[in-house]
Amino acid sequence: MERPAWAPRSIDITVPSVARMYDYYLGGSHNFEVDRQAARKAMEFMPGLPKIMQANRAFMRRAVRYAAGEGITQFLDIGSGIPTFGNVHEVAQEADPRARVMYVDHDPVAVAHSQAVLEGNDHADILAADLRKPREILESPGVHRLIDLNRPVALLLVAILHFVEDADDPYSAVAELREALAPGSLLVLTHASYEGIPLPPERAGGAVDVYKDIRNPLIMRSREEIARFFEGYDMVEPGLVSPPRWRPDSPPEDEDPFAFSGLAGVGRKA
Amino acid sequence: MSAQPDGPEDRLRRFTTIWSRAVFPVTSTSSTRAELEEQLLPAAQRLSEALTARVFDPEAGRAAGAALVEAHCTDPDALTRTLDCLDSYLVLYCGGDGDREDLRARCARLQHALAAGFAEALRRRTLAEQEAIAQAALRAQGVVAQALHATEARFRAVFEGAAIGIGIADLEGNVLQVNGALLRMFGQSEQALRSRSILQWTHPDDAPQVWKLYEELVRGERDHYHVEKAFYRPDGTVLWTNLTVSLLRDADGNPQYQLALMEDTTERRLLNLRLRYEATHDALTGLPNRTFFFERLEKALAAGEGQRFGLCYLDLDGFKTVNDSLGHAAGDRLLVEVADRLQSCATAPGEMVARLGGDEFVALTTGPDTRRKVDELAARIMNVLLAPISIDGRELTVRGSIGIVEGPAGERSAAEVLRSADITMYRAKSAGGNRFEVADPEADARAITRHGLTTALPAALERGEFFIEYQPLVHLGDGSVRGAEALVRWLHPQHGVLSPDRFIPLAEHTGLIVPLGRWVLEQSVRQARAWQERNGGTEATGPLRINVNLSPCQLTHPGLVQDTVEILERTGVEPSALCLEVTESALIGADDDLLKPLRRLAEMGVDIALDDFGTGYSNLANLRRLPVSVLKLDRSFTQSMQQFPADPVDLKIVEGIVSLAHSLDLAVTVEGVETGAQAEQLRILGCDTAQGWYYARPGPPERLHELTLADATS
Repeated sequence: MERPAWAPRSIDITVPSVARMYDYYLGGSHNFEVDRQAARKAMEFMPGLPKIMQANRAFMRRAVRYAAGEGITQFLDIGSGIPTFGNVHEVAQEADPRARVMYVDHDPVAVAHSQAVLEGNDHADILAADLRKPREILESPGVHRLIDLNRPVALLLVAILHFVEDADDPYSAVAELREALAPGSLLVLTHASYEGIPLPPERAGGAVDVYKDIRNPLIMRSREEIARFFEGYDMVEPGLVSPPRWRPDSPPEDEDPFAFSGLAGVGRKA
Repeated sequence: MSAQPDGPEDRLRRFTTIWSRAVFPVTSTSSTRAELEEQLLPAAQRLSEALTARVFDPEAGRAAGAALVEAHCTDPDALTRTLDCLDSYLVLYCGGDGDREDLRARCARLQHALAAGFAEALRRRTLAEQEAIAQAALRAQGVVAQALHATEARFRAVFEGAAIGIGIADLEGNVLQVNGALLRMFGQSEQALRSRSILQWTHPDDAPQVWKLYEELVRGERDHYHVEKAFYRPDGTVLWTNLTVSLLRDADGNPQYQLALMEDTTERRLLNLRLRYEATHDALTGLPNRTFFFERLEKALAAGEGQRFGLCYLDLDGFKTVNDSLGHAAGDRLLVEVADRLQSCATAPGEMVARLGGDEFVALTTGPDTRRKVDELAARIMNVLLAPISIDGRELTVRGSIGIVEGPAGERSAAEVLRSADITMYRAKSAGGNRFEVADPEADARAITRHGLTTALPAALERGEFFIEYQPLVHLGDGSVRGAEALVRWLHPQHGVLSPDRFIPLAEHTGLIVPLGRWVLEQSVRQARAWQERNGGTEATGPLRINVNLSPCQLTHPGLVQDTVEILERTGVEPSALCLEVTESALIGADDDLLKPLRRLAEMGVDIALDDFGTGYSNLANLRRLPVSVLKLDRSFTQSMQQFPADPVDLKIVEGIVSLAHSLDLAVTVEGVETGAQAEQLRILGCDTAQGWYYARPGPPERLHELTLADATS
């Protein structure tokens, strides 16, 4: 008998979670041995993985500040993962105390942890939902409580789309989200790619295989494929670039070579 | 922060820059290096102060270690690099001009404290984060468990609240769980129900494949099956279900449980049985009907070697008269009584009585010895009909004619057997009725079945197989031919010429009588016209008249008047040249609606003759009311006058009728005049016209012409 849609998936913490692996890369301890084992195995192929994550976080931080500087006070962060440090609501609320942040993740542990972290914060909340079902996100009462879709929103899709396989049609999901946003909204996005990785693709492929093994495949996409996620939006200068090169605070040349892996960009709805 | 170049603040800043540069590459912070430097500055400040304080306190080292962790410099390398940095640059940049030895000693102790502080803070942070993530995992599992519980609660609600019975059993047939609906269907407690393996849930009506499907399912060769199955309830009654059984497999696809869904169809089945009963039983008498009888007969005929059958085909004699004279309600009551009596004749196993329709019944007996049994059965039937049947205070005597067919199974079809029985019954009827006859294959072959004729009738009309003969009507006073009665004949391709009594009742029954009657009327009127054109009749006798019979069915047909008028106008025949003959029985009890068309025809000048007068239960007083101008006296009154001397009673009766008729201004015609003596007698009695073999048999129209010519010249 098929499980009805409203019954949640069971959780199995003996299976590695990409959210907790991400936390481990970032030096956190919000993880279990299975997560660390998988992360260490991936790092055998790409020792610079932590630097990639760090560069992603740094990009996100700059992008959120940029959005705040553009007057945006509403943030929708899908695939927010385990809150560690430098979280969107911290950065955004530091820039503008009125900023409202809605986190979305489908990992029940990440959701539970986020709830604990956000307890008492009236301007930030977490929704358990899936990027692959954008309607559920857009129509959820939680999102409507915090975010007015008639005003500009910064939609963050940081290090998440490379976990959505083509079969699940990530382009449609993102298009639906893009369309739901008001003019002036920003799409903040990073995506894994072989572009910029200071390793031969075969070696980087070893790390990709680790994700396949934990049944959370990592989909490497080309620049063109990643650019399509911004369809209809105007790219904010300097366009789709490796994360450290997006409006850096300090000379990118100082960064670790791995930090240049993948692509990051911000688009604006006209 | 502004500082004097190379002043203490500037030197502290330079130290902090070096420190932050040393650890930045190994941090995982998302801050910039400059931001990290700002974060480390307070710790550097305290280190600097501790180095030169009057009283040394290594606590600043612990705080600096904690500050590193606070700035997300959690990698062990960050500690190494920090210690290296302190070792090389703290005294140099922050020692001022104090004692070098003392400064170095203090620096070493600060490094120890810093390492401890780092370890302490990292440990605290690690534990806190582990605690947090474990809590989160637990909470998430709690949410999932709660949701699962809700899921299960909903499933349980569905399971318990379902109107269909649901049961789960293991593959050995042990019942694990059943819902309330299932218990209610079985009328049994859960305990009692679960105590029996489902392998024991058999029923004699189980289709052969039921348990084969079951075996296939539990072996995992089949994922589900759907059957109609009966079960015993504890009180011995039967529960009929629509049963669907599905195989439940575990995550690896191995068969694990069987799930049964059952719908109680007992009521529906009963309804079906009732519908079946209604479809197979006669509503009036409750006897099995033709459909049911044919099923049983076919079954009997399909029985194995040594098995025989015997069939009695009964048709009541004169039932039509009862219906006509006493009405259908009385007729129905009579049939019900007859059915009850017949039922009592066939009570042995293998015997049955059925009503085929109308007043036709059949009784069937089966077994190895039907030769004797069928005769006994027929005798019993004749016997039960002996006692009169009381209807509305009248004692009615019922008689029947029976055709018997007996023979071995497996030789003839049901239709052939019934046909033979029908023919034989007619043989009994034509032999006078109130008897039974046994089928004779030779007689069968000669016989013409009503069924065969009935089906051939419509095509016969189309193919022009009917023709008309004319029997002259002679004036008794002067012997002149005044007209003729039209008598329809059927030239059947196989059976030759058939008289009206063979097919008119069939045509009446099927409604074909209307077009056939119209055809006869038209032909006859046209013939009358032809006669008139050839000899025009004489002054005294007027034009030759034509008598045409009207059946009861035609009488009630709404087109009668219009058809008649049209035919007369088209042919140019005067209405007075036409006489329509209606039987006395057709007008018995006739109301004004039925008489209206006749009245209209009579008003136009068409003569209406009351045919077969004296055979029905005629009400003489009623004659006044009828639009009739001629009485046709039945032949039975005149038969005795064929000899001389005639029966004086008959003479008196006829004399009386004639006198009555004349006083009502009715002409009298007699039928069946076969001798001159008879004709003479009738003339003396005052009858007006006559017909019969004495004058002429019915014949072709030319014959009439010859007769009139002869009449004119004689």
